Amino acid sequence: MKISYYPGCTLKTKAKNLESSALACLDALGVEYEELPRWNCCGAVYSLSDDDLIHLIAPVRDLIRVQEQGFDTVLTLCSMCYNTLARANELMKNDEVKRGTINDFMDEEPDYKGEIKVVHFLDFIRDEIGWDKLKASVKNSLNGMKLAPYYGCTLLRPGDVSIDKSNSPVVFEECMEALGAEIVKFPKAIECCGSYQVLGNPEAALKVSNDIITDATAHGAEAMALTCPLCDYNLGHRQEEMLKSMKVPKRCRCFILRS
Amino acid sequence: MPMKISKETANEQLRQKVKEISGEDFQKCYQCGTCSGSCPMADQVTVLPRRVMALLQLGRKEALEEANTHWVCASCHMCMVRCPRGIDITKVMESLRQLTLRKNEDIINPSEISKEDTEKLPQVAMVSGFRKLTS
Repeated sequence: MKISYYPGCTLKTKAKNLESSALACLDALGVEYEELPRWNCCGAVYSLSDDDLIHLIAPVRDLIRVQEQGFDTVLTLCSMCYNTLARANELMKNDEVKRGTINDFMDEEPDYKGEIKVVHFLDFIRDEIGWDKLKASVKNSLNGMKLAPYYGCTLLRPGDVSIDKSNSPVVFEECMEALGAEIVKFPKAIECCGSYQVLGNPEAALKVSNDIITDATAHGAEAMALTCPLCDYNLGHRQEEMLKSMKVPKRCRCFILRS
Repeated sequence: MPMKISKETANEQLRQKVKEISGEDFQKCYQCGTCSGSCPMADQVTVLPRRVMALLQLGRKEALEEANTHWVCASCHMCMVRCPRGIDITKVMESLRQLTLRKNEDIINPSEISKEDTEKLPQVAMVSGFRKLTS
């Protein structure tokens, strides 16, 4: 089975590490993929206004590109791209009226009805590869590292696009366990890192990120595993600020989905 | 704080606008406070989400304009997945932002972001921030 790969803006610039490590994993697992030609920015956030369809054009256009490419599945790595594409896809599948308006607006493109399956790296590995095969393919084990997988928001909410159970997910833990980590579960694994408030209210975002890291280390984590470049920025890059101004007891390394 | 409620204090236009933009019926809210208890920004907001819903039900335009809640909201959807009344509170917050943004008012000014920050911030932070906080 060959699939389409949607990188998104950040993976080609600030989060090249996420792209290179995830693609190396796919290669090692024998997954055939092809980068989506002429992809555009998905818009990063799904439009939450009922009367705003124009911001759906970007993600829907990407899904039309996948259809043209001839694949039925598109794989994403960035959690925010996953959420935006998956929600746009759900709308195109289920809302006949809005689907009609969007298709009419893009009259230069073929009509789209939501037939593409949007997956994230984690649920793709779980459903198509399986943990046993992943485990058997590991070359450098994480050797019992005490690792706290952190989901954040957009892989789990809203429920109709969640890659696992919204309130009690296990997919990330199972994946990291297969890679040889000792899993540290912590309550704040599904809470928000502050997201785009790093621009609007940087102090508020720093506070919630600080709480997440404090919670993870209090449960014994040596490091955290993340899937989103924005979480990586808030929880990883801003840790210097937290160490200076707040109560993070110790540094907690952040790995962005690697093996 | 006591609040005088009458037909005159309720801004019906605001209530209609929010319903129209969000597509959500905030009238269904029965004030259980699950949203406030789930909100990661609860200690950063001036008015808790439960109270925002109450102010909307009462059409208190000025009180809502003074609140910072919708500007601190990070659209994490925790309130939405937990609301026992099935209200998408994230959409209600978005509609309150839109009421300001659609008047061409910006909350952040992209040109004021320092060069140093622009070099460090991931694209996804900037695109989402501009989408949520600029007109």
